[in-house]
Parts: sequence; C-alpha cells; structure tokens
Amino acid sequence: MSNTIKAIQGKAAAIRIDNLDTDQIMPKQFLRRIDKSGLAEGLLYDLRFDTRGAIKPDFVLNRPQYADSKLLLGGSNFGCGSSREHAVWGLLDYGFKAIIAPSFAEIFYSNAMGNQLLLVALPVEQVEQLMALSERADAPEISIDVENLEVRCAGLPAMKFEISRRHQEMFLKGVDVVGMSLSYMDEIQAFAQAHWQQQPWVRDVAARMKRQIPVSGGQAN
Amino acid sequence: MKTPSNTSAARTLYQKLVESHTVRVLDEQNVLLFCDLHLMNEYTSPQAFAGLDARQVKTLMPGQNVSVVSHIIPTHPVKIRVIDDQASALQASNLARNCAKHGIPLFDTNDAMQGIEHVVAPEHGMIRPGMVVICGDSHTTTYGALGALGFGIGTSEVEHVLATQTLVYRLAKNMRIRIDGQLPAGTTSKDLILMIIGVIGAQGARGYVVEFCGSAVQALSVEARFTLCNMAVEAGARGALIAPDQVAIDYVVEKCPDIKGQYLDQALAQWQLLRSDEGARFDAEHRFDANHVEPHVTWGTSPDQVVSISGRVPTVAQVGAEQKRSTEQALAYTRLQGGHQIEGTPIQHVFIGSCTNARIEDLRNAAKVVAGRKVAAGVRAMVVPGSGAVKQQAEREGLDQVFITAGFEWRKPGCSMCLAMNDDVLSAGTRCASTTNRNFEGRQGRGAITHLMSPAMAAAAAVTGKITDVRKLEG
Repeated sequence: MSNTIKAIQGKAAAIRIDNLDTDQIMPKQFLRRIDKSGLAEGLLYDLRFDTRGAIKPDFVLNRPQYADSKLLLGGSNFGCGSSREHAVWGLLDYGFKAIIAPSFAEIFYSNAMGNQLLLVALPVEQVEQLMALSERADAPEISIDVENLEVRCAGLPAMKFEISRRHQEMFLKGVDVVGMSLSYMDEIQAFAQAHWQQQPWVRDVAARMKRQIPVSGGQAN
Repeated sequence: MKTPSNTSAARTLYQKLVESHTVRVLDEQNVLLFCDLHLMNEYTSPQAFAGLDARQVKTLMPGQNVSVVSHIIPTHPVKIRVIDDQASALQASNLARNCAKHGIPLFDTNDAMQGIEHVVAPEHGMIRPGMVVICGDSHTTTYGALGALGFGIGTSEVEHVLATQTLVYRLAKNMRIRIDGQLPAGTTSKDLILMIIGVIGAQGARGYVVEFCGSAVQALSVEARFTLCNMAVEAGARGALIAPDQVAIDYVVEKCPDIKGQYLDQALAQWQLLRSDEGARFDAEHRFDANHVEPHVTWGTSPDQVVSISGRVPTVAQVGAEQKRSTEQALAYTRLQGGHQIEGTPIQHVFIGSCTNARIEDLRNAAKVVAGRKVAAGVRAMVVPGSGAVKQQAEREGLDQVFITAGFEWRKPGCSMCLAMNDDVLSAGTRCASTTNRNFEGRQGRGAITHLMSPAMAAAAAVTGKITDVRKLEG
C-alpha cells in the first residue's frame, strides 16, 4: 500500500509561525472534493497568494531558491486545530516529504505519519539553527536518516530525534495499517461479543437510537 | 486486560476507559482500541469510503456508526434546504450514497433532526458513559462531559474504523485539572475554559488526556460541561473527561429510554466505577479557582491569546521571548493596539453557534441579554442553532422571537460560520464576536477577525456594537 522510505534529503524552507493551524495549511475552500486531488493548489493559500490570487513574491515558498524544497522547518505546535487530513495530503502533493519543528499537534501527527510525511521534533534551538542555515544563499541540503533517527546538515553536528518504533517501521517497511488490523478480525469479533455481553446498551447504539426518533414526514424544521 | 501504561493498581478514569476497550496490546505505546461509536460528516469521510471500495471491504459494524451532514450545509432560513455549491452538493449526496451502501444511519440535509454532529449525537442518546467515541473532527473531545472518551481522527483512521471498528491508538499521558470554587454571575464554562487555555497555552495539554474535576466542574450542567470538554482540544488535549456524577447520569437516563429495568441497574453499577481511583497517578496537574473568573475574550489568532474583559491587549514587550513573534503576528492580523483595553472594541458581526456554544442553554443565556434590546446599528447578528432539536426547543420557548425582534437572523442548524465551509463567510476586516472555538487567521473568512467569547458576551456585543462586559448589562 505504501512505499519504503529509509532517508529523506533535500532543501528546506522555513516558516516562522508558531501554532500554524490546519485551517491555514489547507483553507476551507479546498476541502470540498471527494478525492485527494488539487490540494497542492490550496496549500498555505493565504500565505502564498494575495486576495486577488496573485503570487506573493516574498513568501518563502514563492522564492526561486525554495521552489523544490522537500523539507519544511516550522514553529511549535505545528498543525494544530482541525483534524482535516487534507492538510497532510496537500503538503505531500506540493512535494514535501518531511517537516522539522519543535512540536506537532496530536491529530496532525497521526495523520502525517500514517501518510509517510515524516515529522521530526527537535529542540527549538536546533530548529532555529537549521532555519538560519536554510536562509543563507548557499543553504546546504538537510538529510534525515530514518534508520538511525538522525538529522544531518553540513556545518552542524548530527541531531538525534525520536519516533516510535511502530512509526519507524511504517517508513522502513511500508506497513498497510488497515490490512494489518484486518488480520486481527477474529480477536475484534470476540472482543465485541464480550463487550456487548457486559454493556448490551452500547450494541448498535447509533442504529437503534436513530430508528427511535419519531419520523416527522421527512419534513425540514 | 493490562495496558502498558498501567503499572500501579490505582488507575485513572482514562486508563480504565482504554483498558476496557483494548482488543490487543500492539506494543508499549499502542493498542488496538475498540470504538463504540463512530460519527462521520460529509467532508472528512469521502476518501475513507473510497479506500474501503478499493479494498473491497464493507463497514464491519454499521450500527456503531452514524453520519450527519453538518459542515457544508447552508443555514438560510428556507423550508427545504438546497445546497447550491456543486462541490458541496456532491459531498452531501456522496455521503448519502455511502451510508446507504454501507447500511449506516444518516442525518441528511433535510432531516428535521440534522445539525452539528457533536450536538446531535448526545441529544439522541448516542453517547453513554464509558464509551469510546471517535469522529473525523477535532471537537470530539466534547463527549468527555458524559464520561465517554472522545477524540478526533483523520480520514485514514476513519477508513480504519469503518473496516475494523477499531483504531491503532497511541496512549496519552494523564493530566488532572481541578477547578474549585463557584463561577460568578455573568460567567460560564466558556469563560472558564478560555481562561484555562490562556494560562496553560495552546499546547499546554498536548500529549495528555485531561480529567476535569473539582466543585466548580460538578456545579456545571451537562451542556456547560460539553463546552468545557469541547475546547480542551484548543489546549492541545487528546481527550477530556469528567467522571460521570448524578448530573451526568440523570441526563443520560433521560436521553436513553432503551436503558431500563435490569439494564439500568447494570449500567448504573458500571458507571459508578467510572472515576479515577484514590491515589491514581497523574503525569501533570493544574489547579484553578473559579471564584474570581471574569468574562473572557480572545484578542489574537490562537485561543490562548485571551484576556479577561477588564484586561488589556498585551504589548510585544510584555510577553515572554518565545511569544514575541506570535504576538506581533497576531496584533498585525487583528488590527489591535497592544496596551489597549479589549472592552469597547467595535464589532461588525455576531455569530452565535457551533459545537461549542449552540445548545439550548447557550441560546437561553444569549436571549436573556438580548430580550428588550436591539442589535446595534451597523451590526449583523445571527443565531445558528446546533441542531434541529435545539431549534425546535428554542421555538417552543419563544427564543426565536426574542432574537428576531431584536434584529438577529434566526438560521437553520449547521457548523456554519465557525469554519465558514458553507456560504456563511465573513469579508476581510470584519470583526466578529463569536461563540465558536477557533480565532485562527482566516477561519471565518480571509482577513476576518474573530473574538471568541460566551453566548451572553456575544449577545452583549450584538446589542452594544462593541465588545462589552455583559455583567454591566445584566446588573
């Protein structure tokens, strides 16, 4: 279902905004499709384009030096707010493979790692060092070694980072999570039966309660 | 069943809920978690259903799932709602098609009980203490108010739940927030949670499930508790919980007529155990005093950029080093001057709605302020009830007439201007007093400025045309 990724290397672009929320990463007008298409266009739209749709030349992603960046350097609590996975799909669609920031919001973290958008949390000082380097005219590329959990960049000592073993394997082996969980089907069914034995009132709770709402002739209120 | 986090005999409520839903321990950080109820909307589920189709897998347990058209729906006061925007109409029809195909119950566009998913589910008795409830929406933390573990997930996880009724769940840490004392008149749980977020920060609870406790929490109604738990996610929390007490149980028993006789005895006995044990270990604790809480209003572009109504917008010089950049950016966006009082800031729009504050008690609180007054000149004010049931109840009580007489628009239910995914969008520069949960840049419309506050405070802003201390109107 997914690829194996052992290392990520490329230029990095820095966005110095803390609490960069998913509303900003992928604004509402790009959430109206039923597939994952067209999301690169919407990525960070208000930062990239002015109100008339013209490119803002000063924004980092619009500067030629950063046109093909593969890494994003962000502020703390990156990806907070709405659960919209469109934010992650859009970042990938745009060409980003990894984000390095001091911290990431919880739902965004699960969404990103599940889509093999690698999130690397580093201390704020180290992120700042990488940002400063990335803003130089001769900015070196940054490489992330997923096997050894290290970020490397010429001019700086290697930086260790942590991700869970489970997430690491999802990159190194390309695990299909749904497929894996489907293989536990017997356990899930057995669990559900025992669970409902103990709490019969949660079985079919949605279907039962929806059925018992008096029908008002389908009439809108 | 033992989860890796449980090392002592005394357990937190959170640990109990995780353990009672653990199908399999996957490793030291992750469990396969059974989900009792999965709620869906039209915009975070389509790609999940497409994923199921690609796998040729059906929804495993359709009766544990329910869908609501909520985010894209127009709220104009028309009899039969038609979604003009073609892409949005396709999202709604696509949801109906997917639900029919998979046998999943649906509150469709013109269902009389349609509304915001987090308002609809509890009012129809779908949320019960001890459940695990998930939804492709971050405000699923709401259900902790009834002692159910609720949290938001992404679309890939929606697909996972549909296929297996479980999630691969990363365990969170335990935080306890104790709030004692008594909320003063003119303040609500909205002011309380805004104050808390202001103190602990937008990532103050990141990585934690928060258990709220204390006398101030116990004194709250269930609806006020929904507001508290709903916005815990704005502090970064992965979940919020309140141990179910008599207040919560009375609410559930009323909403759940199917739990009766021996089931009720059984249920009550089990719900009694839904509390953190004496001596249970919390990884972090905070204490707050409700006695001196004032009405709170956000000034910036993150929910933690908040002041009490008597306070002043901070200057860049006042804030700590790590907040200077974000303060500067927020002041530029909200066009406010650091050092100025927040009270008296003119507003052009008022929005009373959202999963945070569009339940009947919220509308009653707002109507009390509005009654006998008029919306100020130059202000557009709207009420978007949280659901069809809330709307009908408000109309039975005559609240709609209170709002309409004052000059408010009385709209149909939906998420509406909370995130402006439908056609309720603010124009650039418009300043809005809003009962919603996020004051992010562009959230209510590009360049629009959001001030989060309670329904009573939003009502006060509507009738005065500026950010106003509601206590001055009530007194």
